[in-house]
Amino acid sequence: MTIDLSGWSCPLPLRDEPNIMLGHGGGGKMSAELVEHLFLPAFDNAALRSLGDGAVVAGASRLSISTDSFVVHPRFFPGGDIGELAVNGTVNDVAMCGAVPRYIAVAFILEEGLPMQELGVIVDSMARAAKAAGVALVTGDTKVVDRGHGDGIFITTTGVGVLADDVEIGPDRARPGDAVLVSGTIGDHGMAIMSVREGLDFESTIKSDTAPLNHMIATLLEAGVEVHTLRDPTRGGLAATLTEIAVASGVGVLIDERSVPIDRVVQSACEMLGMDPFHVANEGKLVAFVAADDAERALEVMRGFEIGTRAAIIGEVVTGHPGMVVAKTAIGSTRVIDTQIGEQLPRIC
Amino acid sequence: MKYLDEFRDPELARTLLDQIEATVTRHWVMMEVCGGQTHSIIRNGIDKLLPPEVELVHGPGCPVCVTPLDTIDKALAIASQPGVIFCSFGDMLRVPGSDRDLFRVKSEGGDVRVVYSPLDAFRIAQQNPDRQVVFFGIGFETTAPANAMAVHMAKTHGLTNFSMLVSHVLVPPAIEAICSSPTNRVQAFLAAGHVCSVMGYADYAPLAEKYHVPIVVTGFEPLDILEGIRKTVLQLEAGRAEVENAYPRAVQRDGNPDARRMLADVFSVTDRNWRGIGMIPGSGWELSEKYRDFDAAYRFTVTGIVTKESEICRSGEVLQGLIKPNQCEAFGTLCTPRKPLGATMVSTEGACAAYYNYGRFTESEGAPR
Repeated sequence: MTIDLSGWSCPLPLRDEPNIMLGHGGGGKMSAELVEHLFLPAFDNAALRSLGDGAVVAGASRLSISTDSFVVHPRFFPGGDIGELAVNGTVNDVAMCGAVPRYIAVAFILEEGLPMQELGVIVDSMARAAKAAGVALVTGDTKVVDRGHGDGIFITTTGVGVLADDVEIGPDRARPGDAVLVSGTIGDHGMAIMSVREGLDFESTIKSDTAPLNHMIATLLEAGVEVHTLRDPTRGGLAATLTEIAVASGVGVLIDERSVPIDRVVQSACEMLGMDPFHVANEGKLVAFVAADDAERALEVMRGFEIGTRAAIIGEVVTGHPGMVVAKTAIGSTRVIDTQIGEQLPRIC
Repeated sequence: MKYLDEFRDPELARTLLDQIEATVTRHWVMMEVCGGQTHSIIRNGIDKLLPPEVELVHGPGCPVCVTPLDTIDKALAIASQPGVIFCSFGDMLRVPGSDRDLFRVKSEGGDVRVVYSPLDAFRIAQQNPDRQVVFFGIGFETTAPANAMAVHMAKTHGLTNFSMLVSHVLVPPAIEAICSSPTNRVQAFLAAGHVCSVMGYADYAPLAEKYHVPIVVTGFEPLDILEGIRKTVLQLEAGRAEVENAYPRAVQRDGNPDARRMLADVFSVTDRNWRGIGMIPGSGWELSEKYRDFDAAYRFTVTGIVTKESEICRSGEVLQGLIKPNQCEAFGTLCTPRKPLGATMVSTEGACAAYYNYGRFTESEGAPR
């Protein structure tokens, strides 16, 4: 994969240093230049502009807060980059309890020697992701570590969202009878990362699905869909998400394996490597448990979004086998779907 | 998806199941040799759809499960040495040695890398001339050609920093060992399709005749497996004991002659100790005399290995088809994929892991076992 960095031009005052140096994290003039010429113009908003130690923002009686660190390697991958991922990931975590994400705080850990151009492109991509999600990056921090003590760039984002008084959504609220929906194909992000990381070529490029899900969630709630549980199946994939919900709610989940949407190329890549797409990470997919009567309406809402055209009803909540996810297999039998122990490893043959 | 969906078709599966049901008149025990088949059977729930007369027992064909403990300990010791880059297939990393696994060695600073092909390890050796690169060459006949190619290329390119820790195992001697055991219950074999795609199936005819067992070359998708079972049941009911090919889209009688020539050049047959089972004469491959310089077992001096197996693990009986994983007292309690006592609970192809991960739910019980 070739990375095109030409879309970003370094602001004049930063051009003397083509790479990140330790001084950019030193708290002196170099740090200030980075903030003034890179972060401020990119993330510009009133709360950030005051450049205080903390941002002062408008609040609400109920807030949703979430934090996440992003250490993805490679930093640029088909379908996105670490910056976009850092914004979307936290936006999605905040939104999963039904909150409207509003503010993001960001901490950068940069490795000495990181090309300024790459940082610029990443920051640019964060600004665009924040705009698309409708959130403001209101405060932040930058540290620089010695060369060899980091992997170019690590980003931690903390998000804050406001929650309407009547919204009650949580992993322990799934009830027997609920319909289970997924907003699109599973496994895209994990296989996109793996294919670039390992230099594997498939018949076409697998792209990460990184995307903000807050607009889809807001529309589901506006449409009056009785939503009980929402999760984005990131690390651990759909299998871990469904199992966690089954355990938290004390219910069984029964899914139909064939109804789960999987992209053809992702499926063949998984088959080739002996991996199970149910365990592969997603970064722009929503799993929703909704009242059975609202299932079709929820599906319609999801499919109304470009990122939801392949949304599907994949199963239901049952009273049997509490805490366990069972799948009807392609040939009409059953199997358990469980959480992986650690990383999924490619098989030997 | 092409070549996948066609072989997972529920209606065709039903047709094959009906044919099996219409043919079978009594109880038969058959073994699927390969762990990949065990995985497919349990993951797709094929065992639950078969008539009760057909009993599948799971064979020893899980390469990481049968790799002897002292070889794993040797691998751990080599991987811990400074200056070594130790390359392995992914599912070997979690297999327990006597006191740790390769993941642990990696966390302690060993340079352990997961590769997708032994040729990746060869390339790493080319790129790191000042480091010793060792590839853990394990597996059945299926993985052997690529391993042989990596060693051959290292020799051709005159690489002095590449070696392979070889613990290859062979299917026909394992089938013979199972058939000749006084406790054997297996009446027929589903031979491993991918092994046969390399080696062909001529070697099985003497076994079928000597022990009067049908041996049917079988693939891995649900319909492949059902077709293998159907052909096996037909033979058993008719009193026949022949070698048949139920996987003709991948397997030819003589296998892959080019691969076999390469294998004959690079490897020579040796006695091999199978983890949990014991010594099986002539059941392994080691690097031949011509390639001895590339054998990590000779290049690295490893002493002081004292192996220690779990006393309660019954994986050896599982691997020989003597018990089912859930008949072991430790299954799902003392032994889980999180804290495995034996390799069969670790590998994706291990029967215990397949039972634990996919098979804990039965329709009749309506609850997990």
